[in-house]
Amino acid sequence: MKRNVWQSIFFYLGLLLLWEILYLFGVDILKLWKSYTIPSPDHFFQRAIFLFSSSTIYKAVLASLWRILQGFVISVILGTLLGLCMVAVPFFGRNIKPLILGLQTLPSICWVSFAILWYGLSQNAVIFVIVIGSMFSVAMSVRSCIENVNLLYIRAARTMGVEGRKLYTWVIFPASFPGFLTGLRQAWSFAWRALMSAEMMISMAGLGQALDSARNIRNDINEVMVIMVLIIILGTVIDTGIFQQIEKRLYKEK
Amino acid sequence: MSLKIENVSKMYPNAKKAILKDVSLEVMPGEFVCLVGPSGCGKSTLLNLIAGLELPSEGKITLNGKEITGPGSDRVVMFQEPALFPWLNVIDNVKFGMKAAGMEEREQAERAEKYLRMVHLLNYRNYKISELSGGMRQRAALARALTMDSQVLLMDEPFSALDKQTKNILRDEIEKIWMETKKTVVFVTHSVEEAVFFGTSVVLMGVYPGGIRKIVPIELERPRQIDSKEFVELRAELLKLLRKEVEKVAKQAG
Repeated sequence: MKRNVWQSIFFYLGLLLLWEILYLFGVDILKLWKSYTIPSPDHFFQRAIFLFSSSTIYKAVLASLWRILQGFVISVILGTLLGLCMVAVPFFGRNIKPLILGLQTLPSICWVSFAILWYGLSQNAVIFVIVIGSMFSVAMSVRSCIENVNLLYIRAARTMGVEGRKLYTWVIFPASFPGFLTGLRQAWSFAWRALMSAEMMISMAGLGQALDSARNIRNDINEVMVIMVLIIILGTVIDTGIFQQIEKRLYKEK
Repeated sequence: MSLKIENVSKMYPNAKKAILKDVSLEVMPGEFVCLVGPSGCGKSTLLNLIAGLELPSEGKITLNGKEITGPGSDRVVMFQEPALFPWLNVIDNVKFGMKAAGMEEREQAERAEKYLRMVHLLNYRNYKISELSGGMRQRAALARALTMDSQVLLMDEPFSALDKQTKNILRDEIEKIWMETKKTVVFVTHSVEEAVFFGTSVVLMGVYPGGIRKIVPIELERPRQIDSKEFVELRAELLKLLRKEVEKVAKQAG
């Protein structure tokens, strides 16, 4: 355990060193690349300290998180309802499935035009893109996790006289819950991507816009990288810190 | 009053041969009937038909004169796999059927404890299913089945997923419990030894078409000793009767 930690530290120090060497040769000595196109470790950390000592970046993070939370909650509700309808009405489920799969392959950024026309350059436009970017994935996972419930549970419950609605609330829903959570985790990652593209395009104060204006307005590649790293860290923390923890606890119970 | 199987056949669409053809059998209250035969003889299908999980293509099955049209708590099944619900702990699993039957909470608790004690799992009542061994899980499933106080208990090779030691212990326990409760049991197995050990009668089944070849009453004294002379002789006799059917299966496979 301890040894692994040290190994990781050395590994990342090594990466930093490699980065510095590349910058030194590529930009300073050989002049292969222009300095404003390549971030360097020392400028990166300087910029990071500067950014994190003012409140703007925290406001951007909070604004983004608040937006995705709203969008994700709506998406989970709508997606779950859609998925349940697909299960409840097989005719509907069978026929809508290819359409939903098709919509799922459409990158969420493609919805931005609709979003702007319908909601203007507003918070709601971003939320719309988040919802539409992730709700189909929720719907598909609801459908598949319900249909993949171990048949043995259903058979056992039926021989104990459980049928109809009780079969759903007592057996099928609890049995499909782990699969549902896995689906939520995937939907979250869709929502996260949708949030970033929507914020960049629609220019609402937030991480996506911060990323865009770092290049667009301040022309600072180091700031771009700081914000990218921040986005990576936030995404990872939410995925491993929240979703993975819940899943882990659940699978342990099995 | 009894379980009556009258001229039952079962065919699946698109299958050339009937799984079961013209099967008739009567099981009287308190009998422990063992269905034994090679794979493909339809013994598990027959059990599913009695359980009401499948319906016969021809003929009918009645319990106390009432035709079976679906699963019900008067015919509880113990499956090959324990079929316990991983999202409930041991005691809630055991209570599941009683809860479905709308039994009063206090009676549920009393009966659950009674049967958990009977299968020696009372100290494990608050354990998660994942914390139980395979044998313990099957005992919990047995406790759950017993709480239903069903008219017929159906067992579909309940030992097949267990190691030999666990199997032997559970076998002795089930015999003891049966002698105490005098339940009507229909027990499916591929082991002649198990059949002779448990059965008040053994139903030998064969293939092509699947059906009953011979019904042999077993009148050995209980508790039965599998190494007694009578037991060994009877087992050998039944094995000889069964051999022809097993060879048929082998020929078909070759």
